[in-house]
Amino acid sequence: MSTVPGNELLTEVEVPNRAGARSGAVGKAIDTVIRSLVPVLLALVAGGVLLLILGHNPFAFYSSVWEHGAQNKAWQESAKRMAPLLLIAVGLIVAFRANIWNLGYNGQFLLSAAIISGLAPSLVNDLPLGLAFLILFLVAGAVGAIWTIVPALLKAFYETNEIITTLMMSFIGVGLAQILIKGPFQDPSVNIAQTKVLELDKMLPHIPGTKVHVGVLVALAAAVVVYLAISRTSFGLKIDVLGANPRAARHVGIGVKQLIITSFFISGALIGAAAAADILGVWGYIRANWNPAYGDTVIPFVFLARLNPLVVIPFIAFFAVLSTGGTLATQEVGLPTDFLLVLVALILLFMTVIEFLGRRRSLGQSYLTTGLKDALRPPGSKKKAPPTEVEEKPREVVR
Amino acid sequence: MTNLFHQDVLTALISGGVIAGIPLLLAACGESISERSGVLNLGLEGMMIIGAYTGFVAAYYLHSTWLGFLGGAGGGVLACTVMIVLCVWLGLDQIVVGIAITLAGEGITSVLQGAQFGTTYPRLGATPTTSIPLLHKIPVIGPGLFEQNLLVYLGIIFAVFLTWFFRSTSVGLNLRAAGEKPEALDAAGVSVAATRSWAVLSTGALAGLGGGFLAIVGAGVFTPFMTQGQGYMAIVICMLGRGKPIWVALASLLFGISLSITTALQLAGIEISTDLINMLPFIAVMVALVLFGRRSYLPPALALPYIRGAR
Repeated sequence: MSTVPGNELLTEVEVPNRAGARSGAVGKAIDTVIRSLVPVLLALVAGGVLLLILGHNPFAFYSSVWEHGAQNKAWQESAKRMAPLLLIAVGLIVAFRANIWNLGYNGQFLLSAAIISGLAPSLVNDLPLGLAFLILFLVAGAVGAIWTIVPALLKAFYETNEIITTLMMSFIGVGLAQILIKGPFQDPSVNIAQTKVLELDKMLPHIPGTKVHVGVLVALAAAVVVYLAISRTSFGLKIDVLGANPRAARHVGIGVKQLIITSFFISGALIGAAAAADILGVWGYIRANWNPAYGDTVIPFVFLARLNPLVVIPFIAFFAVLSTGGTLATQEVGLPTDFLLVLVALILLFMTVIEFLGRRRSLGQSYLTTGLKDALRPPGSKKKAPPTEVEEKPREVVR
Repeated sequence: MTNLFHQDVLTALISGGVIAGIPLLLAACGESISERSGVLNLGLEGMMIIGAYTGFVAAYYLHSTWLGFLGGAGGGVLACTVMIVLCVWLGLDQIVVGIAITLAGEGITSVLQGAQFGTTYPRLGATPTTSIPLLHKIPVIGPGLFEQNLLVYLGIIFAVFLTWFFRSTSVGLNLRAAGEKPEALDAAGVSVAATRSWAVLSTGALAGLGGGFLAIVGAGVFTPFMTQGQGYMAIVICMLGRGKPIWVALASLLFGISLSITTALQLAGIEISTDLINMLPFIAVMVALVLFGRRSYLPPALALPYIRGAR
């Protein structure tokens, strides 16, 4: 456990929140695990109670989820589901760390998905496959990034609330995607509003020995790269400073406007790449009115992972199992798959409650960046109820 | 019938616009109450969809439009108690809890609807309307504005009432103080938590009522996800109206018209992509935000939990 003395700002942003009451690495690890896992467990229990009320056996349901999501070869489906979820999660992490609420993920995702599905059929035939995939991923990233441009500029220059603007752009993006699917990208040979289906051998190749496409590796690589960028580069330091305190960021000479726009772009690009991974790896086409809303379900896990791109991986893996297994399990018992949304919402609610109790008891780390936490306090309330001694302790660097 | 300015088309446009605008008006007025008291209520969408469900169920089983409205308001109140406890009393993150309420609302109503009705979507009959004597006979605007459900008039009256309430009552002043400078309100001996709780409670009731109106009068049926982002639109309308209820009401009706324009265009025989039409309100919001909303006024203490003695 190394503590970095000296530059308070630097150490502060390395680990935005630490209020550990227990001492030692083991105790701290236990705290973190408790804080991260208890909300999930509570949500599963509450979801089970809800199932009982609806007249289903929760144990049978959850074991069915496990059976369809992880056992035998089902884990491969879950692994495939991880690719878009993880890329979106990492994209959200970049934005959230900079204290930017990019809630326009659905529009960014679907618009990229529509454009990729439209371009892919001709590109994979005209170009060498590898090059085509590279171009498609870049296009997807560019589309996602471009879709954040209006909220980014408004936020950077006029400080317009990005929650509202990204949400609005999201609705517009979803609509535009439908227009594209029904219009220029419509497959003329079918009557259903959908794009041309990619042939199986023109989709992303599988990892040898499995049926999991390589998009999952792209997602894992993105998580590692973003982790390194956040923890080892000046860019990561800058967005953490921005997230912690925009005024301080301006004060130390960070170009806040460019940084807001850059963070928005990276976030949008990763979410766009998620669409490419999902379309090229799993579906091969897109149908009108298809909206998996992956982003909505990813949010709680991003927070539970404390905005850490590596820690989020196991959470996403967990949710991928819950999601693939849950979809089949809900269909089996005749529930709408939206039951999974309830579970996700319960995780979010329990997370905030545990967070509250944790703040009371100084359990482990908080899930919010200092900036977000400060934004939620009355102005100037740096020294809050939990003793100041915690605030003034030198922060540790967790790698 | 390809003339857009044909009488029937305009009548349908205004009438549909009012019906589509009232849920927005109620929810946006509700949001302005809670925003003025310093609580950013992102769960509005969830409260609306829960209100739509409970309102529909009440109207369906009790065979009464008004009990349906009551049920809708009740559902909204139920949903917002979560927000009151977690955000106002415990001071937790309003954005995260808001998102959670929206997700939970969408999920639970879909699950309950599935458990109750399976894949069928029973319809409610037409709802009673109240005609205002003489005025409803005015061509074009008469049927749209003066021959509507009683709640339409009540909603518009409520917006006027809210203006007076904010400006001229001591409770309204307390409410604004809770959003502007909660410390001052506390020092004056008024509980910030209680003020904000009542504000969020009325937001929930209004959003639920709006959702109920949407399901009972607007659609006559409950379908999962039927609010389709209207809660978020209401939040934007509230921002654009800068918390002034009259402007909020006018903006709601304008957005209502852009929501109902599809039907009017179909009447006019104009073929246009419904996707494009559905995007219009959001494009309108973005344009309005770019042009007017850049310096939109928000209460300084918005989204900040109040902790006594914290500095």
